[in-house]
Amino acid sequence: MIPFTYTRATTPAEAARAAIATPGARFIAGGTNLLDLMKLQIETPRHLIDVNALKLDTIAPTADGGLRIGALVRNTDLAADKRVRRDYAVLSRALLAGASGQLRNKATTAGNLLQRTRCPYFYDTNMACNKRKPGSGCAAIGGFNRNLAVLGTSDQCIATHPSDMAVAMRALDAGVETVKADGTTRTIPIADFHRLPGTTPERDTNLEAGELITAVTLPRPLGGTHIYQKVRDRASYAFAVVSVAAVIQPDGRGKLAFGGLSHKPWRVEPAEALMPQGPHATAAAVLAGARTTPQNAFKLPLVERTLDLVMTQAKGAKA
Amino acid sequence: MDQDRGYCPSRRGVLAGGIAAAGVAHAPLTAQEAALPPTQPTTVPVTLKVNGRTNRLDLDTRTTLLDALREHWHLTGTKKGCDHGQCGACTVLVDGRRINSCLTLAVMHDGDAITTVEGLGTPDKLHPMQAAFVKHDGYQCGYCTPGQICSAVAVLGEIKAGIPSHVSAELDGDYQPSAAEIRERMSGNICRCGAYSNIVDAMLDVAGAKA
Repeated sequence: MIPFTYTRATTPAEAARAAIATPGARFIAGGTNLLDLMKLQIETPRHLIDVNALKLDTIAPTADGGLRIGALVRNTDLAADKRVRRDYAVLSRALLAGASGQLRNKATTAGNLLQRTRCPYFYDTNMACNKRKPGSGCAAIGGFNRNLAVLGTSDQCIATHPSDMAVAMRALDAGVETVKADGTTRTIPIADFHRLPGTTPERDTNLEAGELITAVTLPRPLGGTHIYQKVRDRASYAFAVVSVAAVIQPDGRGKLAFGGLSHKPWRVEPAEALMPQGPHATAAAVLAGARTTPQNAFKLPLVERTLDLVMTQAKGAKA
Repeated sequence: MDQDRGYCPSRRGVLAGGIAAAGVAHAPLTAQEAALPPTQPTTVPVTLKVNGRTNRLDLDTRTTLLDALREHWHLTGTKKGCDHGQCGACTVLVDGRRINSCLTLAVMHDGDAITTVEGLGTPDKLHPMQAAFVKHDGYQCGYCTPGQICSAVAVLGEIKAGIPSHVSAELDGDYQPSAAEIRERMSGNICRCGAYSNIVDAMLDVAGAKA
């Protein structure tokens, strides 16, 4: 790590102001991803603003029957919350499918959304990576890319977003509440929160400089059967090769979001109208426009098969 | 506490210095960050309550909780394996919850109560989990063992507290410390000697004794 100064913020607005005022500043909450990257000097902040004392660690009902999840609620606590387990089981299941017990105890709701790609070329500072060093090229294209993106890629980046939690939140149409340095607040729909790489793969999200996440909101419960099906290279503690977050109603319709495929949680709403026709038609619509490499082309049939499993499980749960 | 140690070049110190120096050579900075003036190393006072004893140390902001415990408190029971949160050798309990001490800064734990493997039991009075690891031969080389034991103690607590896991059939269930639950919940602790089955036996033994 390069040297950095350190302060503790006491209010969200103060934290956002400090982030703008201090060159090279970054927020730190759980730190499980940021410190990992700082040790490798992939992230090199000159100043850390510790946001852990901001009291954003509660889960409360919203006026319209949903839930507001504080930005600092730890992944373990979110997964174990009785209301989340009962009404948003897909979110509990996604969280429990990710990381390890130790990491979930530390990692926060906001930090999980902001975690960076696990593309091996992003992590290897000897290799070209447009996300880590804009303009340096992409060693993943033409490299070892078995687990990299097949949808929404660009000629500059084929990284995937590694989060399981964010995939469930995409299926649930969550909102991301923030405060900016000027004190204004906004809610960013989760669909617009993460970006596709395009020509600026160094930007993962649409947050502005200094903008701090304060909460994630969930709309009122959808009912239905909640399933998070994650396919990975070992049974536990591995990132998704493909994952499906599903909320499926008794009539076979529902909401579907996919992980492991793109720079953001992938969802194609028009494809959901095809769900009664089965996994083949639905997956074809979800995967329209996919660009694969010889190594990761296997993800396309894997999406259909995983979706088949999810739909079969949903039928079984209804019966 | 550092002062009483004096200058004593150790194999560990020489290795750490070599690794740190090697890490600088290929460090890339983005153009924007490279344009910033370098920040000087900054020292901050940190008070930790480790295994019931409170101490204040002046630490570089970069010091992880793991390095604070090992290099400044000289509690070397907690081990550094990967130093990136992948192996679990550094697992300690902070205010009763297990975390990877390598992926958190000591300064972020000012005022927190830390329990390391040295705080669970003593050679004369082992913690039940330590005794069970001995009884069931839950290790071979022993390097991952302190992290395994801290994690194991916390896992049984998490099951008792009703926290579900990936393999729990129901999210609203009453969870039992089965072999499947233990394997899933312990997946953040790697043992290269492969003592897993004996670790599961040790944990089942302790869970049964408590039930």
